[in-house]
Amino acid sequence: MFEIIAGILLISGGFFVLVASVGILRLPDILMRMHASTKAGTLGAGLILLAVAFTYGEIGIISRAVATIIFILMTAPVAAHAIGRAAYKSGFKFWKGTVVDDLKTYYERSGTPGHEDGELPKED
Amino acid sequence: MDFFSLAISIVYVLLSLSLLVSLVRVIIGPSLADRVVALDLIAFVVISLIATYAISSGHPVYLDVAIVLALVAFLGTIAFARFIIMRAEKLRKEGTHV
Repeated sequence: MFEIIAGILLISGGFFVLVASVGILRLPDILMRMHASTKAGTLGAGLILLAVAFTYGEIGIISRAVATIIFILMTAPVAAHAIGRAAYKSGFKFWKGTVVDDLKTYYERSGTPGHEDGELPKED
Repeated sequence: MDFFSLAISIVYVLLSLSLLVSLVRVIIGPSLADRVVALDLIAFVVISLIATYAISSGHPVYLDVAIVLALVAFLGTIAFARFIIMRAEKLRKEGTHV
């Protein structure tokens, strides 16, 4: 019974990791790529670690797997936030369908250099 | 071949495929930040591979390796983000655009 649950968790975790990597290849700009890799990648790795916990079923393994899942859940958003901010500050091109850039008005109000980058596409 | 060993084989195939696909983004990525995001995803894929190997080999000790890899990947991503910001500010001060 536990083996069947673990097998289903394994396959769905592998599927989500594959979805994340297809997203990172296909999506048009870096913020969307981060959106794919952070969320789907976290879910996939978490499901596979949960499958490890279900397979062995010992208290030491379960606690280690759950600790890894919690650690990934805490660090993945922080890393994605840092990379997104760095990409914005170093200047990158938005996707042509982007309509709103809230960070630009924030930087203009606070006078931080860097708001001239990350231009929104001009409307035709 | 029962369902569980079949599932392990399928997961190895899926994870290897996603490793290859994200390697393409590391190679073609237009900016450094794209490459760092792809490397972050590769770290997740390798964590999943190690966890799968901890199941298929029967040695749950490999789970510790996954924990350490998660820690190192997080620190590496944060360091790269600081590096990208500092390089952009330096280039802006010199007047050249990135």
